[in-house]
Amino acid sequence: MRSRNTRRGLAVAAALATGLVLAGCASSDSGGGDAVSGTWPGDGKAECKGLEQLADFGDLSGKEISVYTSIVAPEDKPHIDSWKLFTTCTGATPKYEGSKEFETQLKVRVQAGNPPDIAYVPQPGLLQTLVGTGKVVEAPSQVSDNTDKWFGEDWKAYGSVDGKFYAAPLGANVKSFVWYSPKMFSDNGWDVPKTWDDMLALSDKIAATGIKPWCAGIESGEATGWPATDWLEDVLLRSAGPDVYDQWVSHDIPFNDPKVADALDEVGGILKNDKYVNGGIGDVSSIATTAFQDGGLPILDGKCAMHRQASFYAANWPEGTDVSENGDVFAFYLPTMSEEFGNPVLGGGEFVTAFSDRPEVQAFQTYLSTDVWANEKAKASPNGGWVSANKGLDINNLASPIDQLSGEILQDPNAVFRFDGSDQMPAEVGAGSFWKEMTNWITGESTKDALDNIESSWPS
Amino acid sequence: MTATNPDVAELGAQGAAPGPEPVSTSARKALSSPWASLAAIVIAVVWTIPTLGLFITSFRPESDITSSGWWTFFTNPTVTWSNYDEVLHGSDTNLVTYFVNSLVITIPAVIIPISLATLAAYAFVWMKFPGRDFLFVAIFALQIVPIQVTLIPLLKLYVHPPLNLVPLAGPDAPGGGFYTLWLSHTIFALPLAIYLLHNFMSQIPGELIESARVDGAGHVQIFTRIMLPLMAPAIAAFGILQFLWVWNDLLVAITFGGPNTFPLTARLAELSGTRGSDWFLLSAGAFVALVVPLIVFVSLQRYFVRGLLAGSVKG
Repeated sequence: MRSRNTRRGLAVAAALATGLVLAGCASSDSGGGDAVSGTWPGDGKAECKGLEQLADFGDLSGKEISVYTSIVAPEDKPHIDSWKLFTTCTGATPKYEGSKEFETQLKVRVQAGNPPDIAYVPQPGLLQTLVGTGKVVEAPSQVSDNTDKWFGEDWKAYGSVDGKFYAAPLGANVKSFVWYSPKMFSDNGWDVPKTWDDMLALSDKIAATGIKPWCAGIESGEATGWPATDWLEDVLLRSAGPDVYDQWVSHDIPFNDPKVADALDEVGGILKNDKYVNGGIGDVSSIATTAFQDGGLPILDGKCAMHRQASFYAANWPEGTDVSENGDVFAFYLPTMSEEFGNPVLGGGEFVTAFSDRPEVQAFQTYLSTDVWANEKAKASPNGGWVSANKGLDINNLASPIDQLSGEILQDPNAVFRFDGSDQMPAEVGAGSFWKEMTNWITGESTKDALDNIESSWPS
Repeated sequence: MTATNPDVAELGAQGAAPGPEPVSTSARKALSSPWASLAAIVIAVVWTIPTLGLFITSFRPESDITSSGWWTFFTNPTVTWSNYDEVLHGSDTNLVTYFVNSLVITIPAVIIPISLATLAAYAFVWMKFPGRDFLFVAIFALQIVPIQVTLIPLLKLYVHPPLNLVPLAGPDAPGGGFYTLWLSHTIFALPLAIYLLHNFMSQIPGELIESARVDGAGHVQIFTRIMLPLMAPAIAAFGILQFLWVWNDLLVAITFGGPNTFPLTARLAELSGTRGSDWFLLSAGAFVALVVPLIVFVSLQRYFVRGLLAGSVKG
């Protein structure tokens, strides 16, 4: 009996000791709120010219910043390479982490109190949700100034919630593109259309030769339908103009407004026209079952002439395809319907959202909002596939012709940029009913039913 | 023994049991008829075809994979290693790192719950203490809790533990952040493990324990000398289940872990690229990830069958 009691006592003592040791470790772990100290390591270095703002944050040697993004290998490498200059000039090292489950995981981490320092948020809607949790930190004044200087009002508004500016834009992509084969066009004597009516006339001309002019694919796993939402947004932006588009996105006009119905019918004139689609793949309903990655591939075989998809579709052409103005494939700007609304550009992009106000995090935000970084990133992407709306970006630094074209469109003073609407709508619609109903619409549902169903799913 | 009538030999061996034919014998007869064998072979072939297709796909070049089905391989056989090369060397981090991470996560995450569960099962079966049945039912009931609802609360506990303990997750996690994974997998495995092993252990005859007691054995001796050897098939069976579950897990790994602890599945999930344009790599990736579970399963499968049967139909 005695020995058993001793043993139990020992066990308790051991448990207590372990607890004490663990507790001791924990107390050493209280950081944050450091004051600015030292001179920045970039002082006097030639390569750090143009980054003088970083001097405000002092010497950051040995500090680390965790960065969480939805961009995974191999596209992550150019990002990591573009940060070397930051480390040279400040001493701090950003740590990259990319995940395809980014959107879900980020919410989990934020709610659990374990957010990254910086997240590249690809949707203004998600940014609003995150700001709603109270964990997002406002952007420092340097970032705000840079955004005013290099990006302009449109973009700054997408990084703001309720009038407060949180996140500076990073990269961008242009969705108002139609992919085509320059070779095929010149062999047949077709010209790149400059207006919407020209484009429809060209479609008829191509259809008369026996080739279905358009091809499309909207299958994308659980996100099936999104390429069709882009079609509607692009057309609405052209037929009704940016103001109506903004009202529609913010639900100031109902989702099934007659103007929207007209725009969807216009889309239907192409996507639901069995004379026009689905080149090289099948009939109209095959659009719903074709993966978006494969939707434009028939262009390479000459079985399809045009495919409306964003600039990032460049990555889907098989290796060895010449993507340039006189090559195998290239893209033209989806033409406007009238002069009235300038050149509307539908696109997307990421926003640098911070969850910490430590000096190294703010320094990194500042770095990413400069023109120096944009050019650095362009040079670090030898295979292309990246562009920014940053007006300080030198187009010549962009590697691929399609990126250069995107860059020109984004920097065009006549361009009216609008963010992808489904990314700004509430998730029930933008990542739910909108996708589903567009898929049903392709497979036979009427325009009215589709729009009515989406309207009734809008959360009140 | 001739192949013409094996049933005679079967019956001869069971001559000690007179009267009506035992159920097992008639079942065996029905299952070994030529038609049943044919059906089994057909099912096996049909079930294997998708795997075969995946295997063939993994050796086809990108342009073939994206433009035609794997069955066209037979008319147009082009074989390439480039998919495997891309999977093994394609990212900045060597695939070996993910492989090692998978092992570092899986091995403790199998050993810890098994050790705890055998001890707990022993206590629940052979030790009498107040509240035993209530506790057992409570543990049994925990199996109903889906792990998804525990993710955020658990991560909160890891990041801000009570009583000023060391945070196990976050930027300065000790042990490179592996503790959270081992702990989580253990937590999620224990209810089922305790339940399975408890059921198995309760079928060991009590006389064995009593005679051991008479010979002067204590709980420790009974556990190590009698229980563990008898439990080996059940432990191995659960070990395989747990191994496959942890090895194939992605959710727990990316929720509680960080880039330093990502297992093979995390890399596989990202293999197809940011916008899914590299999906042709997935077939090769699947076979790389499949190798270890396959080895484990094939080398331990006899325990697996024995253990499954032991828990259920023993009289």
